[in-house]
Amino acid sequence: MNFLRLIGHVAIGFLRTTGRLGLFAVDAFSHCVRPPFYARIILRQMAEIGYFSLPVVGLTAIFAGMVMALQTYTGTSRFSAESAVANIVVLALTRELGPVLAGLMVAGRIGASLAAEIGTMRVTEQIDALTTLSTNPMKYLVSPRLIAGLLMFPLLVLVADVIGVFGGFLVAVYKLGFNAHIYVQNTYNFLEAGDVISGLVKAAVFGVIVTLMGCYHGYHSKGGAQGVGLATTNAVVSACILILAFDYILTEIFFAS
Amino acid sequence: MTDAAPKIRIRDLHKAFVDKVVLAGTDLDVGVGESVVVIGGSGTGKSVLIKCVLGLLAADSGSVQVDGEEVLGMPAAERERVNAKFGMLFQGSALFDSLPVWENVAFGLLAQKRATRAEARDIAVAKLAQVGLGPDAAVLYPAELSGGMQKRVALARAIAADPEIIFFDEPTTGLDPIMADVINDLIIKITREVGATALSITHDMASARKIAHRIAMLYGGKIIWAGPTADIDRSGNPYVEQFINGRAEGPIKMAVRK
Repeated sequence: MNFLRLIGHVAIGFLRTTGRLGLFAVDAFSHCVRPPFYARIILRQMAEIGYFSLPVVGLTAIFAGMVMALQTYTGTSRFSAESAVANIVVLALTRELGPVLAGLMVAGRIGASLAAEIGTMRVTEQIDALTTLSTNPMKYLVSPRLIAGLLMFPLLVLVADVIGVFGGFLVAVYKLGFNAHIYVQNTYNFLEAGDVISGLVKAAVFGVIVTLMGCYHGYHSKGGAQGVGLATTNAVVSACILILAFDYILTEIFFAS
Repeated sequence: MTDAAPKIRIRDLHKAFVDKVVLAGTDLDVGVGESVVVIGGSGTGKSVLIKCVLGLLAADSGSVQVDGEEVLGMPAAERERVNAKFGMLFQGSALFDSLPVWENVAFGLLAQKRATRAEARDIAVAKLAQVGLGPDAAVLYPAELSGGMQKRVALARAIAADPEIIFFDEPTTGLDPIMADVINDLIIKITREVGATALSITHDMASARKIAHRIAMLYGGKIIWAGPTADIDRSGNPYVEQFINGRAEGPIKMAVRK
């Protein structure tokens, strides 16, 4: 009996959280398109999420590109298909590694800081204070961050794509002895706009996931320091899992047919 | 006691959290320009009471009228208009730590678009002067201030938009007795200057006696006694007597778990 009750308990908890998250998301998005807009805060968040994430994303991308080049070379050399290295590297980066790795890294950086910041504002009554000062906290805190995430993630991934391909180029040319000109040519020849665009759409979705998770968990944190810590953990873990799940779903939508 | 229509009229207010009943039919009137202090032990629902009035918590049932207007169940846009009449001093000050002091004070004015940034800054400096802080404090950040100074800034923020009603949540908690008295004096001075109605909650009897015209005691989710401040010592109510004298023995049993 207790076992069945446990299953029911978990299922109801899951449904309740999903419902609350859905309502939260609808509320947040509705404030994104209704004035007033807080341009100053949106810009600050864009700098925080976009510009200040560049080092993390750049380093992730360059090593991902380098490793891809090395791995595909050792793999393809078994059947003398080394010339495919450039194509494989650029496809892997633009379609998958760019958005997913950048998404996961920024989830750690931004998801955690959003949850901690908004969670602290919750437990110190600053969110209540906003309401008493004629300011809707969803509009003031959550919507600007969602907009910034939606806009900045694709830009970050575009940068990651370029840096990643450059990392692959470095390894291919200086370590594996490829001809630089031909490598660049091969990179361009088989690349289609759809490869890059699908990656950027993924990035936009991941941007919403990361900022939404950070804001949602922060907004609903309870208790003191411990509650904020829990919110931070939940924000990062749920964002990472959702990124991987949505990565599959979006890949299926884009490429399965 | 006022015969005129009260500024705030609370009737039969109920609020429960999951299985814990906090407010069980609370009634309270606050007259125009009156200062009412609600006293009661920790965890008796004083904070919940004012959060229900402010709309920060949704009450389960009952009625809250502000200037004769029912505010429970009011749509959000209407609610914002009513909330513009309110100012609130939070227990932990709740200053925005990402903003300098003057922007904290001017936040409500800027949000309501009642002033440009330059005007708002001047108003903020004037309000800071009202609570005894110089213009040099305006550019500091909340983390750079002591607890007493934060409380003053929070007070300046609560009065910045010239509210008709100011709520004080434990205004003296966490302050030394002298600073507490300074804050009490400021509360009296400021509510008189702006002619505001005040609803405070506290368990600090010295503070309650000083700032209240009327005192009401909340116990078991109801107002069990209310009367002029002068009558508090002859209330004839054993609960009130136990509370104001701070005795462990009496009809109020502290819920001590484990």
